[in-house]
Amino acid sequence: MPLLEIEGLTKQFGGLTANHNIHLQVEEGEILGLIGPNGAGKTTLFNCITGFYPPTRGRVRFQGRDITGWPPERVCQAGIARTFQIVRVLREMTVLENVMVGAFLRYPRVEEARRHALQILEFSGLIDRRHELARNLTIANKKRLELARALATKPRLLFLDEAMAGLNPSEINDAVAMVRKLSEQGITMILVEHVMKVIMPLAERVVVLDSGELIADDTPENIATNPRVIEAYLGEKYRATRAIH
Amino acid sequence: MSPELVLFLQTLVSGILIGFVFSLLSVGLTLIFGVMDIVNFAHGEHLMLAMYATFWMWTLWGIDPLFSLPVVALLLFILGVITYRLLIRYVLDAPMLAQIFVTFGLMVFLRNLAQVLWSEDYRRIGDTLLSGRIELFGIFIGRPQLFASLGAVITTGLLYFFLKRTRTGWALEATAEDKEVAGLMGINTERMFALAWGLGLASVGVAGALLATFNPIFPEVGTVFVLVTFVAVALGGFGSVPGAFIAGIIIGIVQVLGGFLWEPRFKTVLIYAIYLGVVFIRPQGLLGRR
Amino acid sequence: MQRIRWQLLVLVLVVLLLLAFPFYVAQPFLQRTMILVVMWSVLGLAWNILGGYAGQVSFGHAIFFGLGAYTSTYLFTEWGISPWLGMFVGAGVAVLVSIVIGWPSFRLVGHYFAIATIAAGEIFAVIFRNWKAVGGAVGIYLPIIRGDRLIDYQFQEFKAGYYYIILAMLALIVLVTYRLERTRMGYYLKAIREDSEAARSLGINITRYKLYAMMISAAFTAIVGTFYAQFVLYISPNTVFALAISIQMALVAILGGTGTLLGPIIGAAVLIPMAEYTRVYLAGRAGGLHLVVYGLLIMLISVYQPAGLMGIYREWQHKRAARGMVNDSLPVATAEGGADDAVA
Ligand SMILES: Nc1ncnc2c1ncn2[C@@H]1O[C@H](COP(=O)(O)OP(=O)(O)O)[C@@H](O)[C@H]1O
Ligand SMILES: [Mg+2]
Repeated sequence: MPLLEIEGLTKQFGGLTANHNIHLQVEEGEILGLIGPNGAGKTTLFNCITGFYPPTRGRVRFQGRDITGWPPERVCQAGIARTFQIVRVLREMTVLENVMVGAFLRYPRVEEARRHALQILEFSGLIDRRHELARNLTIANKKRLELARALATKPRLLFLDEAMAGLNPSEINDAVAMVRKLSEQGITMILVEHVMKVIMPLAERVVVLDSGELIADDTPENIATNPRVIEAYLGEKYRATRAIH
Repeated sequence: MSPELVLFLQTLVSGILIGFVFSLLSVGLTLIFGVMDIVNFAHGEHLMLAMYATFWMWTLWGIDPLFSLPVVALLLFILGVITYRLLIRYVLDAPMLAQIFVTFGLMVFLRNLAQVLWSEDYRRIGDTLLSGRIELFGIFIGRPQLFASLGAVITTGLLYFFLKRTRTGWALEATAEDKEVAGLMGINTERMFALAWGLGLASVGVAGALLATFNPIFPEVGTVFVLVTFVAVALGGFGSVPGAFIAGIIIGIVQVLGGFLWEPRFKTVLIYAIYLGVVFIRPQGLLGRR
Repeated sequence: MQRIRWQLLVLVLVVLLLLAFPFYVAQPFLQRTMILVVMWSVLGLAWNILGGYAGQVSFGHAIFFGLGAYTSTYLFTEWGISPWLGMFVGAGVAVLVSIVIGWPSFRLVGHYFAIATIAAGEIFAVIFRNWKAVGGAVGIYLPIIRGDRLIDYQFQEFKAGYYYIILAMLALIVLVTYRLERTRMGYYLKAIREDSEAARSLGINITRYKLYAMMISAAFTAIVGTFYAQFVLYISPNTVFALAISIQMALVAILGGTGTLLGPIIGAAVLIPMAEYTRVYLAGRAGGLHLVVYGLLIMLISVYQPAGLMGIYREWQHKRAARGMVNDSLPVATAEGGADDAVA
């Protein structure tokens, strides 16, 4: 049984179809890359799976259970955690408190939640900043914090939405190492990236979205040479050049 | 016509007339909200200031509201820009609590300042060029009320024309749509925000001058109108100018008809109930897009 | 360790001073003002649980205040039920109403919620103004009972009786808030305030927690409503269901600092004496003067220091600590943050 199964998922905003009839299966332990040009519908797909948007059509199953239309908090309780493309740290709370909020899901008592949160902060390299207010962190650390906070809920499946966008090369290396470590711990991950080359060395399988359609589902090597994928990205470059003029 | 019918029509007409004034007030509020997602809790107090300005110009210098109207509108435009520059600018990125409290503090400040300066007395403007009433098919219409609704319609029309047909108006709408994109397109969003406050309060200025011709003037007069305005803005969809306009009229009618058919003192309950009903069932308002 | 012992000492001292207050200050005006300061501290703290910690700004809390006042007063004047009992019935009524209002309203956020609470508050005011059975717009006078017995919840000579009752309420809500800050719910409420979507993504049922906060907040507000009725011995829609009550509850908390334990108390301690003095000494001439100053303060604080007076104090403390760091390299930690190292 696959860990996550998406069947015929469609999401429409008024007249706009952001996701169209998506079929996707994710196996336990996988690192799945999800790429596609801007506006392809990647974030929307995340939102539909994690309960932030109700899908227009289609079903989402997690560990064999139908979770379609569940509210976000219930999805999280079931074992799916996420980060946001635009970081959403709890600004006026400290780094430690941010992670504790995540930890409370599995450890209702303050002392236990704090202990668990400290472990995770140690693991994610934020331990020295635990008393800082989240709003004072750099962008890279905010993203790290968001990841740590998501981890604190002890997820089976983790969605990272452009976790590496806006990071410098050394920060990207750290993030990649972190993803590998998490994978070794048995967490299944779906990584959304806008830029292909970050995903390629990391993911075992890559799916490509373009204008809401899933146009490819293959190994990274094959994806890089897939004509439809190249076209989708070229199309974006073309659009980008036009927008400038 | 039977007396009941006359009375009914009389009520209906007065509802529509006051509805136009509600519309103008709501348009001012919704404009500010649409452009920067901030509710001006001091909206009613700005109305109160406009009414006092009209009153004092009439009392001290004998200027008829008809002529002081543009002056009051200009004064409130300036006040709006100043309010933006001095207060609102600083809370654009602040936590929501600060955003709510800043105009809220302004409300407390202005209302009580008026009380200290001008006492709680009810004041009225006596005979103006607009006084008197006319009779139409047995229905009496106060000339001040008639003129107020005319003025409100004209002002709203001008504002709408400005938003839809001028470059600046277009820039303002673009800012309301997405301030970051607007900024990238070379629009000075800072100026657009100030303009939104200026225009928002100028509308209130016009409404105040018009209302002052027939409505008593006192420090808390704003509360009488502002809640109705909130309701109209919600009903019309926060940020929608045409929505606010239509909602204002609807509320004017509902208010008087509710008072007519049910119990006058429950008419406010009716309006709040509409607000709650609307925001619960259709939070984006009747004509809102979101 | 040193620091904790020092704090404990201050705490004991403050409690003793508060308990002894009626014995070293006998002037009725000052006693009355002190009672009001404590009363508004409790109200500010009650508002703070929903508005400060959970970040849901309500301008309709007069509903709960009024319900508390009316329930106990009605039960007492009509059926002779003791206000002590009526106080808890009133709290129960307020909690029920808070659920009825909160359940649908919590789908609204920010400004929309604030406006909805204003509307709800006005609806209650109008209903009570027109409800003949509870005195309509005139309200209800409570019968005077002499003898100054605690059981009667009335004190004609020994006004300090009121003081001790409201002080006990303060102690209770301080304790509740203190506990709240140190339990999961407190963290959850803050998370909801900071970013409700992020909170949901972490498994928090935000509606449920906002509702809990509202229920606690409503219960305390109602209890103070009963106290007020017993203290003033007259209630009317225009006094207990007034928007002014809702506003002042928020003001006290904002001025002192929302989302903190001491903030609302400090806010009340600054605001209420100011209000009482201007009311008494400038009576008639400048009725709203203190409110003008309030308004100004609120604006200044939201623009320059949204964290209120507590925020100013904290900043000052931080600066001082930062200067101190040059000598002894103690980490600058919040009072709470320091504790975790012991556990780790
Ligand atoms: N809440 C929304 N309402 C309307 N349209 C939306 C909403 N969210 C996303 N969209 C639209 O759906 C499309 C896909 O967006 P998104 O999922 O964010 O793309 P990606 O994450 O791949 O860049 C875009 O055209 C976007 O404008
Ligand atoms: Mg995206």
